[in-house]
Amino acid sequence: MSDRRPNRFFRNMTAKIAAVPMILTALCVFVGGTVWTIVHSFTDSKLLPRLRWDGLDQYERLWNTNRWIVSIENLLIYGLCSLILSLIIGFVLAALLDQKIRFENTFRTILLYPFALSFIVTGLVWQWLLNPDLGIQSVIRGAGWIGFTFDPLNNSKIVIFGVLIAGLWQGTGLIMVLMLAGLRGIDQEIWKASRVDGIPMWKTYLFIVIPMMRPVFITTLVIIASGIVKLYDLIVAQTSGGPGISSEVPAKYVYDYMFQGQNLGQGFAASTMMLLAVLVVVIPWAYLEFGGKARG
Amino acid sequence: MIAFRTILTSTTALLAAGSAHATDLEVMHWWTSGGEAAAVAEFANAFDATGHKWIDGAIAGSGGTARPIIVSRIIGGDPMGAFQFNHGRQAEELIDAGLLRDLTGVAEAEGWKDIVNPPSLLDACTVDGKIYCAPVNIHSWQWLWLSHHAFADAGVDVPTNWDEFVAAAPALRDAGKIPLAVGGQPWQSAGAFNVLMVGIAGPDVLVRIYGDKDADLAAGPEMARVFAAAGDAREMSQGTNVQDWNQATNLVITGQAGGQIMGDWAQGEFQVAGQTAGEDYSCLPGLGINELIDTAGDAFYFPVVNDPDIAAAQDVLAATLLAPETQVAFNLKKGSLPIRGDIDLTAANDCMKKGLEILAAGNTLPATTILNTEDTNNQLNDLFVEFFNDTSITPEAAQERFVDIIANAD
Repeated sequence: MSDRRPNRFFRNMTAKIAAVPMILTALCVFVGGTVWTIVHSFTDSKLLPRLRWDGLDQYERLWNTNRWIVSIENLLIYGLCSLILSLIIGFVLAALLDQKIRFENTFRTILLYPFALSFIVTGLVWQWLLNPDLGIQSVIRGAGWIGFTFDPLNNSKIVIFGVLIAGLWQGTGLIMVLMLAGLRGIDQEIWKASRVDGIPMWKTYLFIVIPMMRPVFITTLVIIASGIVKLYDLIVAQTSGGPGISSEVPAKYVYDYMFQGQNLGQGFAASTMMLLAVLVVVIPWAYLEFGGKARG
Repeated sequence: MIAFRTILTSTTALLAAGSAHATDLEVMHWWTSGGEAAAVAEFANAFDATGHKWIDGAIAGSGGTARPIIVSRIIGGDPMGAFQFNHGRQAEELIDAGLLRDLTGVAEAEGWKDIVNPPSLLDACTVDGKIYCAPVNIHSWQWLWLSHHAFADAGVDVPTNWDEFVAAAPALRDAGKIPLAVGGQPWQSAGAFNVLMVGIAGPDVLVRIYGDKDADLAAGPEMARVFAAAGDAREMSQGTNVQDWNQATNLVITGQAGGQIMGDWAQGEFQVAGQTAGEDYSCLPGLGINELIDTAGDAFYFPVVNDPDIAAAQDVLAATLLAPETQVAFNLKKGSLPIRGDIDLTAANDCMKKGLEILAAGNTLPATTILNTEDTNNQLNDLFVEFFNDTSITPEAAQERFVDIIANAD
């Protein structure tokens, strides 16, 4: 036994030195950039950032802008649907692939392929597929069903669901693969035990397997949620916010006002609101997830 | 790669050193469509003929895509030799921050004050008595393009003004045509509205509302009439379902739509489609009511650079852009009007000649890019794209929001 425990600070010195660049990046770029943005959201910066205080005017204007309200509504609809449907479809597909079927590799590849495409390509492809004169509607009408109408992108009430279809098509493959990896991590003995007890398969999935897959669900949740908040390129490629402003999203508002509208203050105020919304969700969750463990 | 390029440049420099003092000048712009690229090649050729070298930095997309890239290069301390903007308030802050070169010297040497017509173009480049940009062309918004084919199918005469057009709309509908094509992009709806404003309420109203930010006038009965007309236009545009302006123009060219309110750049599309003005299509400046055009357009700005060689080349380019031969060659290809009144454009077509006449008569008004900041224009775009696509917004409600934007604009 040494008479004096080494200072905690000097333990694993090499590892700590190696982490210094990352820590500095995190502090300067992420924290520093965030603080800078928030500070400038209280100014009347136009094309160039300047520190001329404007109080809460940018926020007042933001919340009086119809386009921003529509953007928030769209993000909520898209976010909720995409979260629930991605998890359900991803899990069901993974469970189906897990039934020791033939050609599993082929199916897995086909389902994962859309993920290899960027949102821009996805958006364009689905713009054409949903175009009433070229896509699904015209094919089905051509097949004889003359009265068939499926034109979500030109209907402002359902356009966001047209975007949702494209988003799900692109993203569920990845969720499925993650879920499949999680399912493969479940001990085969559990399946044997549940079969001996005569528990139906769906019950085993729902009450035994899914609770055991908690870490996988958390990972997928984070991936899906970050995809929702940053939703931008899909909208630009597929609808450019139209018809009218009915498929606008917050990230597009930020970009349009910061760069096209040459009004940095307004863009910063909008992005600060986005950050705030993320924090409102993340902080209680992080508290429950990590705070609880530290106490226990 | 960089080393390799340095070697290449230095050898080129060595070879060129004997003759003129050649400098590479990077010029950024967003002219990438067929006609535009052909037009910008005229600038490049003219500049290369002076012994310098034009390095083309075209950015695909529109001004909305290109402007942020250009601005971030300048702010980031890596300025290009020259860049294109729409003249007006877009470059206002870059000038205030001292990032752009004062061209007064070149302007005086070349006598820009005497040749640039209308003079408002040069005023738009002037801040505190100093000239910061070189205007190269005039593009005007106030045109109504009408398809003769569509009106023939509907069995009505081609209208000669907006009111006749509105009256003909039901006949066009019955014939299965879209009376008025309006593309889905925000700037197109706002642009069409501004044209209605000039046509119906007159140019003074536009200048007082956008120029002096007169909110009372914006709330008044004149504007109420404009909003009612915009309501008609919205009704007539239902079913357009295209995004880009040239797709909307194409509906007019093919006779699927009766007309389109669009700037004179639409003319290039009719030309490419092999149509003749007066036979296949008509153009009505100022909606046939108030025959005048605005003087929007493009101008070149020159960032401040430390290298005196580049500064010298910038001066040469500025002078070249306004030279008479360059102006003729460029504007014929671009379909825009030249910025000087003393040159001969006999090759111009009917619609372009109409524009030249209006210009010569001095019936011009300042462009919205000159009167409004990009921020205000962006807000107007948002308002009108929503209005044109959502029939549940009444003209009165839209006017209220319009007044709000004007009252808070700077």
